[in-house]
Amino acid sequence: MAINDNAKPQGVVHAGDLPDKPAPIATEGAVAWMRDNLFNGPFNSILSLVALALVLYVLPGLLSWLVFNANWSGGVEACRANPDGACWPFVGSRWEQFLYGFYEKSERWRVDILLVMLAIGVAWLAIERMPARSLAAIFMLFIYPVFAFFMLYGNEALGLPIVETSQWGGFTLTLVIALSGIVASLPLGVLLALGRRSKMPIISLLSTVFIEFWRGIPLVAVLFMATIMFPLFLPAGVTFDQLLRAVIGVALFSSAYMAEVVRGGLQAIPKGQYEGAMALGLPFGKMMRLIILPQALKIVIPGIVNTFIGLFKDTTLVLIIALFDLLGVVQASIADPNWSVRSVPYTGYAFVAIVFWICCYSMARYSRYIEDKLHTGHKR
Amino acid sequence: MANNSNKTALAAPAPSFWRDPDKRAIVYQALVLAFIVWLLYSIINNTATNMESRGLASGFGFLTSSAGFGIISTPFVPYTEDSSYFTVFLVGLVNTIIIAFVGCVLALVLGFVVGISRLSSNWLIKKIATFYIELFRNIPLLLQILFWYSAVLKPLPGPRELHEAGETVYFSINNRGLIFAEPMGQEGFQYVWYAFFAAIVVSWLIRKWAYARQMQTGEQFPNFLVSLGLIVGAPLITYFVMGRPLEFMPAEMSRFALRGGVTIIPEFVALLLALVIYTAAFIAEIVRAGIQSVSHGQTEAASALGIKPTHRMRLVVVPQAMRVIVPPLTSQFLNLTKNSSLATAIAYPDLFSVFAGTTLNQTGQAVEIMAMTLAVYLTLSLLTSAFMNWYNSSIKLVER
Repeated sequence: MAINDNAKPQGVVHAGDLPDKPAPIATEGAVAWMRDNLFNGPFNSILSLVALALVLYVLPGLLSWLVFNANWSGGVEACRANPDGACWPFVGSRWEQFLYGFYEKSERWRVDILLVMLAIGVAWLAIERMPARSLAAIFMLFIYPVFAFFMLYGNEALGLPIVETSQWGGFTLTLVIALSGIVASLPLGVLLALGRRSKMPIISLLSTVFIEFWRGIPLVAVLFMATIMFPLFLPAGVTFDQLLRAVIGVALFSSAYMAEVVRGGLQAIPKGQYEGAMALGLPFGKMMRLIILPQALKIVIPGIVNTFIGLFKDTTLVLIIALFDLLGVVQASIADPNWSVRSVPYTGYAFVAIVFWICCYSMARYSRYIEDKLHTGHKR
Repeated sequence: MANNSNKTALAAPAPSFWRDPDKRAIVYQALVLAFIVWLLYSIINNTATNMESRGLASGFGFLTSSAGFGIISTPFVPYTEDSSYFTVFLVGLVNTIIIAFVGCVLALVLGFVVGISRLSSNWLIKKIATFYIELFRNIPLLLQILFWYSAVLKPLPGPRELHEAGETVYFSINNRGLIFAEPMGQEGFQYVWYAFFAAIVVSWLIRKWAYARQMQTGEQFPNFLVSLGLIVGAPLITYFVMGRPLEFMPAEMSRFALRGGVTIIPEFVALLLALVIYTAAFIAEIVRAGIQSVSHGQTEAASALGIKPTHRMRLVVVPQAMRVIVPPLTSQFLNLTKNSSLATAIAYPDLFSVFAGTTLNQTGQAVEIMAMTLAVYLTLSLLTSAFMNWYNSSIKLVER
């Protein structure tokens, strides 16, 4: 006891916890991240170096051409003086043509109104917190197209001078073809999908033949048929506008794809839903309208959006039958001898690519977002 | 009495005609059928009247008359300007099949590489693959074709700027296309082919033997490496033993153009590049989705059994992923085949461009030509689907 009283405590005693030591440098921070993600093995290290070289080779040149070394102001002379950069003044001087085509200058406000309405309508449908979305959907699907037709084409009784469809062009025409194609193909696709799954043998056979026929031929062939064969099919004296023929072709073509998308949705609805509806004594029409289709269409929204993206990109093909959509107008503009600068064709193509990319990518992101929301399975 | 009334109550009364779904179905179908028949009849009738009033003779007689125009690339089919329109059809068909086949194979390879890269543990590779997919998937194919053709390949320098007159050229890329020396098999070269085919047969036998041995003893045999060595090595050894019986005939620069050699026209290269790059972006996504669809438990179970990572991928993940991959892959192949008709925008002589384009313009036989063209595309679609369905059923999960 006595010894212990005098003894001082041996070693170091701390009151409380020691502060944490920093983690070894190899397990944290940029170095560790690189070790884990870029150099975790000899093969991956080589791959990383090659990829890095590729990025360093492509990216600076691309950025300098598109942005830093590009011509942003001035006219054709500035572009001629600096051929190693994009020639954005070309787009600047032509943007009205790219947007409206050859639409009457004094009437372009009509297109502007429609574009603004379209933007609001699409935003309304895409944002989930908006009230009355189903009303908005009905408006966009049924009322807006009719309204848009009268606005674009004009009507003497309403005091709007007529603008012939041959004057429509540019991005407006791209939107007209893609949107009327999708709006027309949606109901047709639903009908075809129901027809294909029908128990009536003739209806199911006819729907299947129709769907497989349109899915088996290229869109170029459809557009060719619309321009060359369609007039032959009609009684003498009946003529259709060329744009309308192209739109009918596009709508029939995409309705076949839409039908397959909708069929996927119909197949995903459990049999109990059908049986439940039948047990309640609902007739076929009501069963579909009230029970099956609302569920089926909801789960195929991503598929519908993807079909629309495909259709949107495919509208560029109308340039083969001499309709001037965005790509067609740009393609015609880069041949302008006043702008015969080496960088102009590249700039034109880059501009179209950027426009289409932004549209398609944002739609794809939206479709992915819906898909993630609907798909709440087991994920790791 | 009571018995009798009970009976009538139990037996369902015969429904009126409109309440019986079976009878209603017959009426509906009859109506639809009548409508379709009427539609077809009036279309055929109108077409006949319209063609008569335009002075167009119907029938396929035009196929034998001579075409009178040149085609820039006519592989496998002898063609001159005097050849018949039917030969034009054959030339177009061969060109379409070539571009579709080569395109599908290359797109599959590139798509698989990019799709697997997207799942790589290497951050940089993953990002590059994602960038590739998102970039090329969202740009219209026609724009890509036009870009490769008129912005990349056409502005290349011409042969006169690259080569002097009289120069022998083994390889050249210029605005006339890809030109390289033509390999000519000399006396004895056929043995190289024999060795090649023999190696394939032997590899197949080795595969069978190795499988049987593994089933019995559990021992594995480095199948793939041995087969690869055989298939590459045997023809190579034969080639040297036979005294290298292969000669490359170079192209020669005349005053204006390169003569001889093999030329791959720029239209083909542009179309192929665009189709492959565009379709591969879609295939990559399909491959990624397929691999990710294999439940994580499968990978974990394989690891728990001590299966090596490479074997885990090859024996557990990929076979299950293939079942998800094959159906959408089929539709991508079909899309590529159909999209090859965009050749008409850059005048690559595929079926659509030379037959439904030039021939149609010259003869005006719209109905016959479109019918033949559509029949070809539908047949190609059906053949591709049939092949892929056969493949799909061969890898399908065998259930009880």
